[in-house]
Amino acid sequence: MFKAQSTSRRRLGPKPWPLLVIGSLFAMASLPAWAALGGDLSTVQADQVHMRGSLRTTVAAAYTVHEIESTSGVVVREYVSSAGKVFAIAWQGPWPPDMRQLLGSYFDPYIQAARARSGPGMARRPLMIEQPGLVVQVGGHPRSFVGRAYIPDQLPSNVTAEEIR
Amino acid sequence: MKATGFQALAVCLALAFSAACGGGGKSSSSSSSSPAPAQTITTSGPNVATIAVNGGPTGDSVDAAFTSVTVCVPGTSTCQTIDGVLVDTGSSGLRLLSSALTIALPQQNASDGNPVVECLPFVSGFTWGPVQTADVEIASEKASSAPIQVISDTDFAIPTACADRGTSEDTLSSLGANGIIGVGLSAQDCGDSCEVVETAPGTFNFYYECPSSTATCQPIGESLAQQVQNPVALFATDNNGVIVELPAVSGGEEPSVTGSLVFGIGTQSNNALGSATVYTADPTALNFTTKYNGTTYPDESFLDTGSNGYFFPSTITQCGSQAPGFYCPSTTMNFSATNLGMNGASGTVDFSVANALTLFEETPDFAFGDLGGTFSGGFDWGLPFFFGRNVFVAIQGQSAPGGTAPYWAY
Repeated sequence: MFKAQSTSRRRLGPKPWPLLVIGSLFAMASLPAWAALGGDLSTVQADQVHMRGSLRTTVAAAYTVHEIESTSGVVVREYVSSAGKVFAIAWQGPWPPDMRQLLGSYFDPYIQAARARSGPGMARRPLMIEQPGLVVQVGGHPRSFVGRAYIPDQLPSNVTAEEIR
Repeated sequence: MKATGFQALAVCLALAFSAACGGGGKSSSSSSSSPAPAQTITTSGPNVATIAVNGGPTGDSVDAAFTSVTVCVPGTSTCQTIDGVLVDTGSSGLRLLSSALTIALPQQNASDGNPVVECLPFVSGFTWGPVQTADVEIASEKASSAPIQVISDTDFAIPTACADRGTSEDTLSSLGANGIIGVGLSAQDCGDSCEVVETAPGTFNFYYECPSSTATCQPIGESLAQQVQNPVALFATDNNGVIVELPAVSGGEEPSVTGSLVFGIGTQSNNALGSATVYTADPTALNFTTKYNGTTYPDESFLDTGSNGYFFPSTITQCGSQAPGFYCPSTTMNFSATNLGMNGASGTVDFSVANALTLFEETPDFAFGDLGGTFSGGFDWGLPFFFGRNVFVAIQGQSAPGGTAPYWAY
């Protein structure tokens, strides 16, 4: 599970994750931090109330993570590029999040891709949607879900999908 | 042999050009470097159901175990036996496709008389449909008047809150089975959190009441007893859990394998815990911990016959669009990880991952010992984990030998 560095100790230079985190700040205030995948952080203040809960912001070298933990125990982490774009979302909780809200304009392509799954072994397994413009992975079991979604070509350079969790 | 995942990986890398890291394809083996005690599979007894990894009713389900379940109108001899039901230790409760059910079961109603309908989220989608009551019979065991889910998109309109979680699995092809018998760690499918309606933003409700087939369904609280039940917990005896007993897959892949689902732990002469190590699970998330490759995945791992591979975080080459998310290493790779129960028990698991696309070409094989794929959480120890070892699943709230349920033991 993603853990924020809890001190302001600085680690310089390109280091492998989790050393990529160069510092953190904790913001319990009403930062405009909730957006759908592919959305623009600066334009989504209206969305921030959708999922009430504590908010924590972590600044890494190539992106900022906005983490919201709702009272129901679902944790959502949004990965925002330096350009202010949400390029990835990760979540964890006792049930899946509102995927329509999280994926925004990517929800319908996600549903279409999920319905189109076929081939050996595609039914009973973690969900894997892998398209040129969208990757969605959901695993776990009832009472414990883990997932992530990202836009492959919007991952900042030197950022790997494994960091998104 | 005790070795950390990192050490094992290092050994594997060092031996990458030798047979120690496997050769891929048909010749590969899933043999472990620390052989388990000889496995005994119970094949007879009133508490033993046969399970088979055989492709299932769709004829293309790999690494999935199926059995037959009989449902009856409660207290009557109006019954139907349904085969091709997936055995799932990762969920709890019996769910049957409406399209596979030919008898009419009594509907469970809310206090105001409206039918109760459920949205049960799985990772691959959700099942939607009415909660009905049946006597559930398997082997010689019987769960009387058990609430089950009848999966159907058409009886009642799917609420937006349910549809917004993913895709509905209400057909044979989308579910991959005629039904799912969840024999997991919990006695109910949802538990305490479903006893009251959740209204906070971002929350999710499993249970609804639906005034008519077209009206908007409203979320309701559902008592523990009315929730869809793990049928095992309702058996008169042998009700504290199950043992999944599947043989090793010879040569890493076979057309099919047959094993047993044994009911009860320490309740009969054929279901003793024996020398199995008990790993207790977090009673809320129903997970335990796995250490792998120098990383600890706390409370994020689980044993799940309903997952068709080893799913874990790795940078192994994935297969791409032909088998998204599955691993496709050029040669079979060997790994080692350590499972830790909440009770402090720990043990090493050695496993292998072969090229999934190569495996899938081996028609008509449906049992693969070395199938794996990616997971951004911890370890989803799917069906391959169960090959060659008997795995005990003890139900929360029930008394079971060797520890406090919920637990897994193997």
